[in-house]
Amino acid sequence: MAEITNTYILEKLQQHFGADVLSSEESYSMLSVTLNKDRNVDVIKFLRDDSELQFNFLTDLCAVHYPDNVGNELCMVYHMHSFYTNLRIRLKFFIPISHPHIATMTVLYEAANWQERETFDFYGVVFDGHPNLKRIVNVDEMDYFPLRREYPLEDGTRNDKADEYFGR
Amino acid sequence: MQDPITPELLKDYTTLNLGPTHPATHGIFQNVLKLDGEVIVDTEQTVGYIHRAFEKIAERRPFYQVTTLTDRMNYCSSPINNIGWHMTVEKLIQVEIPKRAQYIRVIIMELARIADHIICNAVIGVDTGALTGFTYMFQWREKIYDIYEQICGARLTTNIGRIGGMERDLNETAIRLINEFLRDFPKVFGQFRSLLERNRIFMDRVIGTGPISAERALNYGFTGPNLRAAGVDYDVRVMNPYSSYQDFDFNIPIGTSGDTYDRFMVRNEEMVESMKIIRQALDNLPEGRHFADVPEFYLPPKEDVYTKMEALIWHFKIVMGEQDVPIGEVYHSVEGGNGELGYYLVSDGGRAAYRLHFRRPCFIYYQAYPEMIKGSMLSDAILTMSSMNVIAGELDG
Repeated sequence: MAEITNTYILEKLQQHFGADVLSSEESYSMLSVTLNKDRNVDVIKFLRDDSELQFNFLTDLCAVHYPDNVGNELCMVYHMHSFYTNLRIRLKFFIPISHPHIATMTVLYEAANWQERETFDFYGVVFDGHPNLKRIVNVDEMDYFPLRREYPLEDGTRNDKADEYFGR
Repeated sequence: MQDPITPELLKDYTTLNLGPTHPATHGIFQNVLKLDGEVIVDTEQTVGYIHRAFEKIAERRPFYQVTTLTDRMNYCSSPINNIGWHMTVEKLIQVEIPKRAQYIRVIIMELARIADHIICNAVIGVDTGALTGFTYMFQWREKIYDIYEQICGARLTTNIGRIGGMERDLNETAIRLINEFLRDFPKVFGQFRSLLERNRIFMDRVIGTGPISAERALNYGFTGPNLRAAGVDYDVRVMNPYSSYQDFDFNIPIGTSGDTYDRFMVRNEEMVESMKIIRQALDNLPEGRHFADVPEFYLPPKEDVYTKMEALIWHFKIVMGEQDVPIGEVYHSVEGGNGELGYYLVSDGGRAAYRLHFRRPCFIYYQAYPEMIKGSMLSDAILTMSSMNVIAGELDG
């Protein structure tokens, strides 16, 4: 059996998902792969069930908002961990904010349930097929998604901490 | 299992609010239990009562100010949260800190683990009706806080250490207190263990209570003592050693059935292992400095700030958050008191994190609670909850 390296994992992914693998990078020794958002469940199922890779543990999932990335503003980030090879991988799926839908991971991992609700709560990502998609830590009446970048943390009229004062 | 309850009987269910402020929940979270007599049919959980939006706040604060946010997540073992955060930033800025600082961190993190487990296990005793063990053990948590106080000046929300090392070296009092703790705690701990571990009443109460299989635990994203109690030997300290954990000789205790008794026993054994680690770290404490040479991130000693121009400049730049950071994404995790505590940091080179996500272990594994208590008695649900070590601050983030 070949030694499982990041390059090997990437090759395997490219072999199986072809053009759906959009880009990849390795940062701080963790492989990070961006894929087509429609394939998220397939990709994670493949990584979990492959007899060599065995990414059996969904460590974490969350979203990141990039307002300048027009058409792909929201990014779903999944961290997988293999207890067999002790490798971790980061998977990214970009979705448009105008239609923030992605398939739910609860079909594979119960752990995704609340994490997806949290992501919905803060970013408004709709997880299609989720059994109970409602807000989890914020009040039900809230009508916006507070972790999106357009909601500034402090008073918008305050500029004493603006970047320009620090030479940026 | 066939559900023996037909729909006509549904109207006879009792709804019971366990929480939000109930002494047995040990924190602010609510469970709406649907009961058939005393048997739990269904549970609906509500969390978020003390949500403070740390992830949003962290997007506005320089890195060194995020440490105080991490304190308030798992406040039973805040030094682990603090040091985990420092290590995340150190990974981003790629700085290797001296061995001495790493060993001091290990000592502090293991003390924090003992404090965390003392709380959890002593409270399992209380919830079974054995208050005695609690009164013995809680004194020793105070003694651990005395050690924190010598190291960083604070007791509960510690803000311990700095990015790039420790704020000060271990002083003589701290070393004396640690030695005294290692000498005297095992005696009391032994009394606590002999009070409960083979106690027939306690065993009847906790064996088979709130079990979860290894397979389900993994599916639910369990980590830490709860996962190990189910029989999976996953420990971040061994799988991805950080802060020189590879230098120490220690065992990872595991259980078999994932019930309350196994969780209790795993924590007890972990405390023994933690004491072993502290002893080794203290005996082999390397010489050297307690901080790395990263003036752009490590706050200079206060006396230098008052007397040296350069230190004053660095102090100002750090405090005002004027320091550039590398662009990149980093995930770092540590073995917290109750599981894998992860930090996913996205940096765009600005003063604050572009995005910071905390992988909060108990937020993830607490989802399994309804499944674990379904079909059991109300009093077992209380025990299952206290043995899961759910900390409200971490749960809500």
